[in-house]
This record gives sequence, structure tokens and C-alpha cells, in this order.
Amino acid sequence: MSEPGDRRRSIIRGTVTLIAAAALYEAVSYSGLFPQVLLPTIQTVLKTLVGMLEDGSMLGHAAATLYRVLFGFCLATVVGVPLGILMARFKPVENFFLPLVSALMPIPSFSLVPLFMLWFGIGDLCTILIVFYAATFPTLFNTWSGVRAVNPLWLRAAGAMGADEKRLFWKVIVPGAFPFIITGMRQAFLRSWIAVVGAEMIAASSWGLGWVIFDAKEFLQADVMLASIVVIGFIGFVFERLVFGSIERATIQRWGMVRVAKN
Amino acid sequence: MATTIDAVTTVRPGPPAGRERWRVVARNVFPFVVVGAIWEIAARAGVFPHQLFPTIEEIVTALVTLTISGILLHHAIETLLRLLAGFALAATIGISIGVLMGRSKRAEDICLPLVSILAPIPGLAYTPLFLLWFGPGEVSAVLLVGFVSMFPVIYNSWTGVKAVKEIWLRSAQAMGADNRRMFRHVILPGALPYILTGLRLGLAQAWRILVAVEMLAAVPWGLGWLIFGAREFLNTDIMMAGVAVIAAIGLALEKFVFQALENYTVVRWGMVEAME
Repeated sequence: MSEPGDRRRSIIRGTVTLIAAAALYEAVSYSGLFPQVLLPTIQTVLKTLVGMLEDGSMLGHAAATLYRVLFGFCLATVVGVPLGILMARFKPVENFFLPLVSALMPIPSFSLVPLFMLWFGIGDLCTILIVFYAATFPTLFNTWSGVRAVNPLWLRAAGAMGADEKRLFWKVIVPGAFPFIITGMRQAFLRSWIAVVGAEMIAASSWGLGWVIFDAKEFLQADVMLASIVVIGFIGFVFERLVFGSIERATIQRWGMVRVAKN
Repeated sequence: MATTIDAVTTVRPGPPAGRERWRVVARNVFPFVVVGAIWEIAARAGVFPHQLFPTIEEIVTALVTLTISGILLHHAIETLLRLLAGFALAATIGISIGVLMGRSKRAEDICLPLVSILAPIPGLAYTPLFLLWFGPGEVSAVLLVGFVSMFPVIYNSWTGVKAVKEIWLRSAQAMGADNRRMFRHVILPGALPYILTGLRLGLAQAWRILVAVEMLAAVPWGLGWLIFGAREFLNTDIMMAGVAVIAAIGLALEKFVFQALENYTVVRWGMVEAME
């Protein structure tokens, strides 16, 4: 269906759109229809971005944000995955945790930010815990469904071939549930990434991409804001595509699990 | 033949009988009792400052007083109206763009790069920018919620329209359906499961973002603002009451609005199997 000519036309059209959109933005920005402080030109934004990258402040902010998001995310994985597996394997654990999880899950993580600020103070701890809260539920929920979705036929086959509990777990259940777990972690990362930006805006410390954006508002520095938004989008994109994409390729696709995940 | 079927259906275990149902309720309530008890012990033992860690009794009292005085209702209604306005914006624009992208190659080529660049940026990052552009308050909040929840709607409508089976389109065409009927009777029902999924994701996202937006956008009423404002006065009980209401609304949205909508349309049109 998609011939090379078709594909090329798509790329050309896409590029033309992007250039046109950028030109339109530039034109509006230069025309002075809106104050330049509020709508800086792309040049200004790029200059600010390069400047912040050169003096290292952008790297510092990005590092602070990444530290918080990764810390919270790892914490959520460490808690969410084992708990999800336990819930799926042992009925009493499920009976106890499932109602709690269903009650806590619809609470948006941001609504806890003010509370966590009171409890844990402003700064790293509060932000990390918000990320943890946001990331735990997708991980937990997907792990739980993944382990439950492992084909019972495989379990019986492995049992018939004499696999003991330990081997059953590592050789059948974990690989079988893995596509779900990866999906859960992916979702969890997306949510953490949103949560960390929001948490940093509200529970302001002095570093962090969310904090920069919010702080720049006070000084009407729309260029700083846009530069930070670019960095936030870029890091999120890198993680989504490169990190999780390669994990998926290295594990699920190699194990030949993707088809199972889709069914 | 009919009698045997009747016999079979009567033998089959129906809805859980009285005792069974009580057991299910008890099983679901038990974890909350445990957590509540731990909370209460921690609160009364004074491990944490009392002001920061109120007892359940105080939280319930705050909830009841706020409800009776109507303050909580006012906050909740404002929040819901904002959510509805933003979401309506997202649904209208999102479905239109998504369907257009699915139907016309040109629209797809034009919109896809823009959407793919804007979508992965966490919506909250735009908040301060929107506040600068549109000023603090209602307009910014609604626009932001709409903007953020638009992307899942666009993506899913687009995928849905593209996933409509080629065979359906061709057979409808062969049977002489014009463009309008084709759209109304083939494409729309075919894409509906995806569109609904998109709306559901969009609403969930709107709901998550809205609370934070209310904290940042300085709106006079709203549950997010209630929680944020209560922090200034260390009114932890009010904050907890606000969080409880937010949780209840979130749960109700998911259970009643979307599951009902899905049952009504998708299941009735028999589209669920076609999706798989």
C-alpha cells in the first residue's frame, strides 16, 4: 500500500507543515501583535536554550528532575512489581490489597502534593514520593493482570514436565507476564514524568525543570519557559522511545512474547 | 427442549445469596478497617504533630460540616463544570481532527508531525505559559485541560478510523452507499470503540491535570484550590476531606460515565468483538 513515492510525499508534506507553522509563529511574534516578552521568537528561545545549556544551569535542572523521577520510579517498581505478583499468586493478598488499590488509584497524585508538602516539607522527598504514588499503580495493576493472564496451559505443561515452584516462577510466569509489566512501567514512567513536573511547580525547591518554568513566570521570561518545555519534551521522548523501546526489543521481542501480549 | 434449557438455567448459580454477599462486602471492607485503625492509632499516639495528622473523626467532621454548609458542593460543582467545559472542547476538536486525519491522507501528513511533537510534552509544563498568555483564572484552566486531554482523543480517533475494515468500506460502496451514509453507518460505528477509548483516556488525563491546574491558576473555587488553600492554614482535616471527594468523583466518572456509555453504544452495536 505505502509505496516509496507515497512515503516521500508524506515526509515532504510533514516538513512543509512544520516549517509553515514555525514561520507563522515567527511572523506573529515579530508583528508585535502580542508583547514580545510573552511570545518570544524562535531565535530567542534557541538562544536562551543554548545559553542555559552552556552555563550548565539547564543540565543542573534536568539532573535534579531526573534524579527525582528515577528515584520515585524505581521505588514504585520495587514495590509495585512484587506486590502485583503476590496479589496475582495469593488470593488472601489480593483480597486485602485490591480494595485499597481501587480506592487509591482514582486519586490524582497532584491532589496529594499540598498534603505531602506539609508532611515531608518542600523539596526532594515530597517530589519523589509524589512520583512514587503516581507510578506505583500502573506498575502494580499491569503486573497483577499480567501474572493472571499467563496461559494456564503453559503452567500445566510446565508442571507436567516436572518444573518445581521456583522454576515455574522464573521460567514461565515471569516471562509470560513480562509484556504486561513492561507496559505498566512504560505507563508509570509517563505518569511520573507528568507528576514530577507538576510536583516541582507546586512544591518548589530551587532546582528542577518544573520549578524553572514556574519561576520564569514571575519574571515574564517566556523564552526560559519554552526552552524548558523543549527539554522536558525531549527527555520524555528519549525515555519513551529509546529506553523503553530498547528494553522491549531486548526482552519481549527476543522471547517472542509480543504476539501473546496482543491477544 | 425448552424445558431442559429452563431446568439448566434454574440450576445455574444465580447472583450471590444473602450470606455470600455479606461475605464479599466484609472482605472488601476489612482492609479499610485495618488501615483506618493503623491511621487512628498513629494519630492518637501523637507520633506526628496532631495538626498535620488528624484523626479520622476530625476528617469526617470536616467533611460533614463542609458538605452541610454547601461549601464543598460549590467547590465540587465548579471543578466538574471546568472539567466538562475542557473535556467538551477536547472531544469536539479532538474527534474532528482525528477523524479528518484518518480519512484524508493530506490532513494526516499535515497534522501528524505537529501532534507528535506536542503530544509527548507533559501538559502541566504548559501551565505557566498559558497563565502568562491568557491570564490566571477560568480561561486558562479550561483551555489547558482541553488542550491536554485532546491528544489521546486525536490519536485514538485517528487509529479507529484507519482500523475500519477495508472490506466493510468496499461492500458498503458496492451496495451504493454515498459518502454521508458511509460515514454515518460504517466508519463512525466502526471507529467508535477506539474513539470511546480515546475519550476515556482523555477524561482521565483531564481529571488528573485539573486538580493541579486549579492549584496553580488561582481560580476562586474548585477542589484543587480547596486543598491548596487549606494548606496555608494547616487545615489537614479539610485537605483530607477534599482528597476524599476527589477520589469519589474520580471513581464515579470511571464507573458510571464511561462504563455506561460503552455498554450503551459499543456493546449494543456489537462492535466489541470486531475490535479484537
